[in-house]
Amino acid sequence: MHPVLTNVLNLMKRQGLVIAFVFLLVAISFFAPRFMTFRNIMLVLSQVSVMGVMACGVTFMLIGGNFDLSIGSQLSFTTVLVVSLHDVIGPVPAILVALLAGIALGGFNGYLVGFQKLTSLIVTLGMLAVVQALTLIYSQGQYSQIQNPDSWFSFIGRGFIWKIPMPFVIFAATAIIFSIILKKTVFGRSLYAVGGNRTASWFAGLRDDWITFFTFVLTGFTAAIGGIMMGSRLMSAQNYLGKNYELMVLASVVLGGTSLYGGSGSVFKTVVGVLILGFLSNGFIHLGLPYYTQMIAQWVIIVGAVWMDVAVKKGES
Amino acid sequence: MKTSNSKQFSVIELMKQEPVWVIFIGCFLFFSIVSSEFLSVGNLLNILLQSSILGILAVGMTFLMISGYFDISIGSMMAFTAAVAVSLTGYSIVLAIVAALTCGALFGAINGLLVTKAKINAFIVTLAAMSGIRGLLYVYTGEREIIGLAREFEKIAAGKLLNIPYPILIWAVIVIVCEFILRKTVYGRNVYGLGGNLDATKNAGVPVDRYVLAFFVINGILVSIAGIILASRLNAATPVLGLGQEMIVIIAVVLGGTKLDGGSGNMIKTVAGVLTVGIIQNGMNILNVQTFYNMLIMGSIFILVVFMDAKLKPAAR
Repeated sequence: MHPVLTNVLNLMKRQGLVIAFVFLLVAISFFAPRFMTFRNIMLVLSQVSVMGVMACGVTFMLIGGNFDLSIGSQLSFTTVLVVSLHDVIGPVPAILVALLAGIALGGFNGYLVGFQKLTSLIVTLGMLAVVQALTLIYSQGQYSQIQNPDSWFSFIGRGFIWKIPMPFVIFAATAIIFSIILKKTVFGRSLYAVGGNRTASWFAGLRDDWITFFTFVLTGFTAAIGGIMMGSRLMSAQNYLGKNYELMVLASVVLGGTSLYGGSGSVFKTVVGVLILGFLSNGFIHLGLPYYTQMIAQWVIIVGAVWMDVAVKKGES
Repeated sequence: MKTSNSKQFSVIELMKQEPVWVIFIGCFLFFSIVSSEFLSVGNLLNILLQSSILGILAVGMTFLMISGYFDISIGSMMAFTAAVAVSLTGYSIVLAIVAALTCGALFGAINGLLVTKAKINAFIVTLAAMSGIRGLLYVYTGEREIIGLAREFEKIAAGKLLNIPYPILIWAVIVIVCEFILRKTVYGRNVYGLGGNLDATKNAGVPVDRYVLAFFVINGILVSIAGIILASRLNAATPVLGLGQEMIVIIAVVLGGTKLDGGSGNMIKTVAGVLTVGIIQNGMNILNVQTFYNMLIMGSIFILVVFMDAKLKPAAR
């Protein structure tokens, strides 16, 4: 075969998802002239950011071989917390309390999974209900709102830095920091080891209990950052706003190509997955399709992407 | 000091062996004491009736979970089959029932084929199907509520035999048949083999893929039976029916002692898990507790059961 062709084929195998993504963008922009405008791109980037920040945490979670199904509830909880406390104790303390709450919830999950060795899927399924209930009990089912719409707090979710939406700046910064942690620190490297083979990593002297614990704390932390961004964007909080986020985040991480079985994946892949889902749902609206057709498209795309991934890996081995 | 005398009766010993029955009896006694209305034939029948849909869903899930799989698309699937049934009752009730059963079997087959032939993780397959089927439901109903035209159709849920409502009888028959299959047939014994040690079962010559496909189809059919009962009870269907149902089903099955990673569990214990959930929901209703506390208590009991299951059974490791 011609070497150029071989190279192209190899590239497609390795970066098939990115290429499919570019094709998709081009195809949609043919039919929807406003899709590829600067304004719309910035809109999508700010919309996906809450999901993106949380996806960075979940990437760590999956690489370490665990799940966290409670992040949607954690998002609801921290959003309600930060919004309701904003007018009572001021924005900075409210943000700190929300971050601490995220860390505490993550820490509790991490304690049960890391030290008590319970299955993460089950524990966090229970926590999904518990944290959502705590949110409702705390707010008494009421809708919370920030009275003063001019508070600087709104900058986090609505502001711009050189025309770039602030939420996206936070998402990008989180992705870069998480990527560095994963690639350059002992913690990051150990995470791959623990997710890849827990027993072997234990014999190698790694403290898998502490590593798992910190992964959950980090995920709780990203959920809290997501909650603060969400609260600031809406300047109000509804009790169920995080519902189904765990599934959307998981879908984007897995779509990016991080393995469900632990031991492999990267933050870059996750960013690609998040952007694909974000642009896709926006593109569908631009094409004039009702929002629920996205759900069907997601079904096909997720299954297709994972199927491709499985097939390629089988061909390699 | 540890005593190894297992014949000696103690709550702790029973807790180790059958945690679900202890919790079941505990909840039952608790509500009988605090509420005067709880312990009456009418209310107990009511609990059974309210639990029957959850119970039928839990039977299918138990099959899947013993063999090491699970299906989180059942909430969407149930809603879809309910909508199909209601929309066709105007033509013929038999047609409506057959169509709903076919849909359930078809969705089950799609999930099962993707898991067995495409080798995609069941979690991802059914997660994607959960949103995809919900999307199809929105398309099918046009985002509107469907109202049934035939009053006859309501008899499925409202009819009684010897003062016992049909849904309870249907549930009982399904449980007995499935428990018989699990205990007395080769197929049933192989279910445990599949979840306990997949490779060994494969090497023993069991056609593993065909089994797994069958479980997903059986699960789909059971889900559509639940959907038909639900549709008959409401004689209507909305696009948001059954949201979050999969979580409650998994909670009930795990509460019953079936492991998420497969290899153990049985239908009778699942019934106990379902009834425990039913009793808690009913009891809290009678006591006029806000629904959010309901969620908190269910989630906490769930985590507690998982915790005790891991801590009290050292022999299982």
